[in-house]
Amino acid sequence: MLKTMMRRAGKCAAVAAAGLMMMSAQAAEPIKIGSFLSVTGPASFLGDPELKTLEMYVEKINEEGGVLGRQLELIHYDDVGNASSARNFASRLIRSDQVDIIVGGSTTGATMAAVPLIEQAEVPFISLAGAVVITDPVKKWVFKTPQTDRMAAERILTDMKERGITKFGLISGTGGFGSSGRSQTLEVAEKMGMEVVADVTYSGSDTDMTAQLTNIRNTKGVEAVLNFGFGQGPAIVTRNYDQLGMELPFYQSHGVASDSFLELAGSSAEGLRLPASPLLVPDSLPDDDPQKDVVQNYKAEYEARWDSKVSTFGAYAYDGLMLAVRAMEEAGSTDPEAVRNALENIKGYVGVTGVFNMSPDDHNGLDPESFRILEVQNGEWKLID
Amino acid sequence: MLAEFLQYLFTGITIGATYALIALGFTLIYNASHVINFAQGEFLMIGGMATVSLTAMGVPMVLAIVLAIILAGILGIALQRFAIAPAKQADVVTLIIITIGASIFIRGIAQVVWGKEYHVMQNFSSDEPIRVFGAVLNSQSLWVLGVGAVVVVALVLFFTKTLTGKAILATSMNKEAARLVGVRTQMVLMLAFLVSALLGSVAGIVVAPITFTSYDIGIILGLKGFVAAAIGGLGSGVGAVVGGLALGIVEAMAAGYISSDYKDAVAFSMILLVLFFMPRGLFGPKVVERV
Repeated sequence: MLKTMMRRAGKCAAVAAAGLMMMSAQAAEPIKIGSFLSVTGPASFLGDPELKTLEMYVEKINEEGGVLGRQLELIHYDDVGNASSARNFASRLIRSDQVDIIVGGSTTGATMAAVPLIEQAEVPFISLAGAVVITDPVKKWVFKTPQTDRMAAERILTDMKERGITKFGLISGTGGFGSSGRSQTLEVAEKMGMEVVADVTYSGSDTDMTAQLTNIRNTKGVEAVLNFGFGQGPAIVTRNYDQLGMELPFYQSHGVASDSFLELAGSSAEGLRLPASPLLVPDSLPDDDPQKDVVQNYKAEYEARWDSKVSTFGAYAYDGLMLAVRAMEEAGSTDPEAVRNALENIKGYVGVTGVFNMSPDDHNGLDPESFRILEVQNGEWKLID
Repeated sequence: MLAEFLQYLFTGITIGATYALIALGFTLIYNASHVINFAQGEFLMIGGMATVSLTAMGVPMVLAIVLAIILAGILGIALQRFAIAPAKQADVVTLIIITIGASIFIRGIAQVVWGKEYHVMQNFSSDEPIRVFGAVLNSQSLWVLGVGAVVVVALVLFFTKTLTGKAILATSMNKEAARLVGVRTQMVLMLAFLVSALLGSVAGIVVAPITFTSYDIGIILGLKGFVAAAIGGLGSGVGAVVGGLALGIVEAMAAGYISSDYKDAVAFSMILLVLFFMPRGLFGPKVVERV
């Protein structure tokens, strides 16, 4: 009897000692940055460069002494592009990993699935996904780095107007990106007094869009064509557009603003315009452009480290991480409330995607002008505006 | 008006011819073993991807195509030898599930070897589209149709004129009886997988310049091919061709005249209608129940 009690007491003491040790260790603990990204699966073209960027810059920051004198620790999970596993991983990051801030969410679906949990747990969250719903209406703990699809629509339609175009045909993908882009375009067009005279769609797996384009071509009064979508669909649309011999001004969205699109679409992309990150034309930016250095450095560092082409999507993660670091430095701690307030008040942060000016009613902080209008000339991107 | 109609028709026939080629692959294996081979789409992917990556390595196009077809053929035999044959006593449903597993496996390997990006293949002949009565026809479409026609004729000759072809037919009609008259049914099965892998890869190669190609192109094209085979009646060669063309044309017409939103809905309603009134498909074999 006595023996068992002694043994229990011994166990208690051991547990208590272990607890004390953990507490003393906490002071030197790294700052935990949590992330859930679509590294594999259908949205891997987003998540893969995002993860590479996060890994590489967390390493770099740590080599330079970390943040607030503490090292950064990246804890990341792969949600495979699946919204429900994004939610599970967000919950794991909050409950069991107890991260200080979350930078992640490659797709709008994944981001929105995790938002309710994050709002409830009160952890600052910087999303890397595009749609306007993420920050409109403003959610207390949620921020995002990419421009919204609404801004893309505004930028494209402004450019059309400058060329004297008021009536255009719209062809969009039926996926999340395309359909959100379509509804934003319709709204913006109405606001700007422009008319969408033809409105057709294609599904992500379609391999030929000649029928839809013929439909647009035969619509009376159409002066230009806009294609909102991503993946291989827009490349097929571009090729079909060329094969049909359509001569109208042709616009694509920022969803295909990458060199791989040029490769797929080939010579048929000649002359088309789209809104894009300055990352595609780092060398043609004017010298007084504040983003020039940031953009060139990011491109050079990424390509040197990973031996693969830099992508706009990785840049979202770069801006997300840097905003998080800056907010923690300004807050002087990792206290969630203080970091959130600091994030909300960041002004004039020059990132790869644009210049961020956050405010309590704007948790994105970019304006449509952060998109540059590019035109394809001789198989290369040419800065127009 | 005519130009518009012709445009939709050209679009439909091109994509329909692809569906038909895939459907023929399904039909072949179904005939020999009553297995629906869901890895059929992967043969298509292997054909396209192998050709693209070989040409990127500097192999001349024609040689790359031949090598890609051989690779797909080897894969077809391997699939039968190492996945289907060991489970020969299993019933058909189990075998079908094995093919689904094999397709996921092949896709996974392709993803590791070739990456996840889409790839372009050059048109076989000129990039200039051909104009007919105001409609435009991609020159590659002619290749798809031509190759499709040649393959169909070759298959017909193979099954009616050669002993091996007849052996496959005999096995499909009655396996026991075929074995009694000396047909090596395991050999026949392997042949069926080989031929259908060749068919699949040929389809994948001729359509790649139109559709692009990637490690996962086989999923949706394979599925559409299966649908075409089901409309035509599983097991009927004529059915596969008619089913494929019908599916492609209905899709294109629906996208053009009704709305692109309902394109897939129209195609799938067509399947429901056909299967509702003719459960064995348009050209399915008439089965007499023996009591």
